[in-house]
Amino acid sequence: MSMELTNIIYMVAAVLFILGLKGLTHPKTAVRGNMYGSAAMFLAVVVTLFLGGMNYWVIFAGLAVGAVIGVIFAMKIQMTAMPQLVALFNGFGGAASFLVAGATLSFATDADLNVPNLTATALSGLIGAVTFSGSLIAFGKLQELKFIKDVRFDNQQLINACLAIGSILFGVLMVLVPQYAGLFYVLMCLLALALGVLLVIFIGGADMPVVISLLNSYSGLAASAAGFVLGNTVLIIAGSLVGASGLILTRIMCVAMNRSLTNVLFGKMQASGESASADEVYVNVKSTSPEEVSMLLDVCEKVLIVPGYGMAVAQAQHAVRDLTNELTSRGVKVEFGIHPVAGRMPGHMNVLLAEADIPYEILREADDVNSEMEQFDMAIVLGANDVVNPLARTDPNSPIAGMPIIDVDKAKTVVVIKRSLSPGFAGIPNPLFSADNAQMLYGDGKQAVVEITKALQEG
Amino acid sequence: MEYTLLLTIFLLAVFVGFEIITKVPPTLHTPLMSGSNAISGITLVGALLTIKMDYGWFAQTLGFLAVVLATVNAVGGFMVTHRMLEMFRKKKG
Repeated sequence: MSMELTNIIYMVAAVLFILGLKGLTHPKTAVRGNMYGSAAMFLAVVVTLFLGGMNYWVIFAGLAVGAVIGVIFAMKIQMTAMPQLVALFNGFGGAASFLVAGATLSFATDADLNVPNLTATALSGLIGAVTFSGSLIAFGKLQELKFIKDVRFDNQQLINACLAIGSILFGVLMVLVPQYAGLFYVLMCLLALALGVLLVIFIGGADMPVVISLLNSYSGLAASAAGFVLGNTVLIIAGSLVGASGLILTRIMCVAMNRSLTNVLFGKMQASGESASADEVYVNVKSTSPEEVSMLLDVCEKVLIVPGYGMAVAQAQHAVRDLTNELTSRGVKVEFGIHPVAGRMPGHMNVLLAEADIPYEILREADDVNSEMEQFDMAIVLGANDVVNPLARTDPNSPIAGMPIIDVDKAKTVVVIKRSLSPGFAGIPNPLFSADNAQMLYGDGKQAVVEITKALQEG
Repeated sequence: MEYTLLLTIFLLAVFVGFEIITKVPPTLHTPLMSGSNAISGITLVGALLTIKMDYGWFAQTLGFLAVVLATVNAVGGFMVTHRMLEMFRKKKG
């Protein structure tokens, strides 16, 4: 097949990728969009195979092994484990990119070792390697593997800076001293792999939405850089679309936490000396029972449910669906307030609630529900903490000051379903729990919701 | 190919990406992530191009590993995204 025709088909694939992403702007067109994306991938692969001269046995073996593993992962995975899976796949994409860049370096002729080509190779290797090791660590953290849970050591920022500078230095050396490009490439990748590990290993669970989005963007940029090495347009276009998508999500997540990206990657939460201790804040905490909550619900007209990571941990989404249906059948209007960083990845809560057949029309964004919070007779907080902490509004010295929250404290009553009064990720007490209109329902999220529903049905 | 031309294509695609993706509603952010993640498996095309007869065993070995990883990324990514999106579609208001 001629290069001309190949490039035309690459162009068609690129258009399909763009249409595919466009489809994702609405739930109704999203399935079709995803089909366009996979069709584009299929087209690009097939047309590449027709270029000829390849070792087809190796290729088909690779495709078969990869496809089988991919299908098994995709079929077996639980919806609650989606963040881990995305992190893992993302890492694979990054690894593929730095392997491709390394492979092209091994057969590069002297004419290929020019400045633009070597720069692209270095970038693909650097970004790909950071993506790979960073994503694997993110996977481990989300899977709650013990050995990387609480790794701490001193001077982490200094070590990270050294690794970053070192790997960039080797990348520059590759370009300046092309005779040893291979050696420098390997050294650069090793440092970049170490950098990826250390960058992610210190980052806490609540910051995971930012990290995953950023790694997502990196895997696209690495693919794009590999496209520059090979002079391949479909790689460049598809990669840059992913890069852009990840960057936008990263920005949305950072805004939702009122933190800068550098703060998430390098800093800790700012410690503040003046914030009140838990004992001072929790003087007036009232606890309640599922029966009492059901009696209160009996006279409600409008109820807001605010889910958080605790709902995912307790696998409570189906119980929440049953409660929602029970309330709706009694003429109560139920809506959900979804904070952008609730959970461990962007849109985490939406996926879980969709799995439980809760219609997306009643899932609403934070700003949206805040503007009419006073109209809600009850707000049920299920396994969320920092995203409903009013200190973000009231205390300028708080570590979460200025973070956009869901103002559940302004609803008529608030029921907080939580195992204990333990603090959330920010490590600060939540004055909401002792507010006059708030009651605590201690226990496992799923159990508590099931009991409320049962009490409603019996009462 | 001319590098400035490739850079032009890259930048234009980034802008197209920004324009489209800012319109994706928060409800679909997870499918967006896993779907775009699958798209980044496009490195598969690059991996195929490194497995040529005259490139020697080293390039072919790296290429083979890259093909496996990128295929997992692409096939698994598109499938799991489809599974998720089916859940979003079947709902009625």
